[in-house]
Amino acid sequence: MVDGKPNNEQQTTNNYITMKLYLKIWRQKDASSPGKIVDYTLDGVEGDMSFLEMLDILNEELVSKGEEPVEFDHDCREGICGTCSLQINGEPHGPDRLVTTCQLHMRKFNDGDTIVIEPFRANAFPVIKDLIVDRSAFDRIQQAGGYISVNTSGNTVDANCIPINKHDADEAMDAATCIGCGACVAACKNASAMLFTSAKVSQFALLPQGRIEAVERVQNMVRQMDLEGFGNCTNTGACEVECPKGISLTNIARMNREYLSASLKG
Amino acid sequence: MSLIKSSLARKYVMALSGLFLVIFLLLHVTINLASVLSPDFFNEASHFMGYNPLIQFLMQPILIIGVIVHFVMGFVLEIQNKKARGIGYVKYNGSANAPWVSRNMIYSGLVVLAFLALHFYDFWVHEMAYKYVEANPEDPTRYYHETVEKFAPIWRTVLYVIAFVLLGLHLWHGFASSFQSMGVNNKYTPNIKRCAKTFAVVVPLLFAFIAIYHHLNPITH
Repeated sequence: MVDGKPNNEQQTTNNYITMKLYLKIWRQKDASSPGKIVDYTLDGVEGDMSFLEMLDILNEELVSKGEEPVEFDHDCREGICGTCSLQINGEPHGPDRLVTTCQLHMRKFNDGDTIVIEPFRANAFPVIKDLIVDRSAFDRIQQAGGYISVNTSGNTVDANCIPINKHDADEAMDAATCIGCGACVAACKNASAMLFTSAKVSQFALLPQGRIEAVERVQNMVRQMDLEGFGNCTNTGACEVECPKGISLTNIARMNREYLSASLKG
Repeated sequence: MSLIKSSLARKYVMALSGLFLVIFLLLHVTINLASVLSPDFFNEASHFMGYNPLIQFLMQPILIIGVIVHFVMGFVLEIQNKKARGIGYVKYNGSANAPWVSRNMIYSGLVVLAFLALHFYDFWVHEMAYKYVEANPEDPTRYYHETVEKFAPIWRTVLYVIAFVLLGLHLWHGFASSFQSMGVNNKYTPNIKRCAKTFAVVVPLLFAFIAIYHHLNPITH
């Protein structure tokens, strides 16, 4: 505080003076119907609203006018579940870094801004309705090998009994923070899912429990990733920049090593 | 079998063929530099490259295969990648998260491919005709003159320099990227990137310098 006033005057102004926004939102009735961008004007948006709360306000207005609300994915609204998506002004989860759409606040925008809101685009992520896409391709990649087989019939060994190098444990934990939101696919010019798949491969590859099935895991997960129709990685690094959890490209390099080694072993 | 079909195998092929072509570029620029520093050595080296059976009948076909594999795989990848997003974005802010060069490798690659067609016509086709069609006798002193004369027209020099700029952009992303594709991303990566980017600047600059040098210093008869 300086002379009783907040230091960051701009931020405070954006929080409490409402904004008028021009929204261009992708509307699509269902998976088989063609979609189009529809223009909306929304007044009274506050800076401390989240992006999803801004859409809630829009939907309340639409419902009160008897119009169909804009469908979008959301669940925890705490940035941990990976459900929310949205391509906002050409970037997944919007212009902010290391946040999901639910944690993106309207103070990042200015009064009079035009905001283009689209679904994540990839053939492997077909649109279900409006801004909701089917990301079950990620589930199938995970089911193809993203697990360890443990006997849970009563004599389970405590995982902490196995000493693990802290560096490996930290890297495995970093990889495991992937929430599977699909921003990597949405950001990639090739709609590649390598960052997601590599994070899921890495979180096991680095740990002794995961080494037992490492060869089959990487082969099966990459095979499923290819079957789903994702593009190839060309190392632009867009996925790493846009990932709300900061998953690193080193995971893709690790998957490349794991796959090469697994393939050479047969 | 899975290695042949998979998306990761395509990455390995692009990376390994690219690295192979990088090594070739280093050899090429070294011999070219001799044309500026020592015409006699340039003639000697060019004659060796042109008549040594190991280079002519083993290394040259391998090089041509390397070039073809790199380009064909590049096109295959581009087509597959375009197909992976059938409906594009109304607004896509690519520059927010990735450099231009990494997003436009296909275009820098296409310019280099067009240049290769001209370059093959200028030197390789001429060389094949000289040796095998016209069946001329060996002349170990002709290379320097032939090379310098090629750069007499300004249009050819300009086209070559433009191609070298695009080659530099292609290498700027491609060289360092090939290590990532082969799974190399560790504590040495920052240094690998520095070396690769230095190579991407220095080698095309040297090629351009040699072309401009010969254009400005024609052989006077």
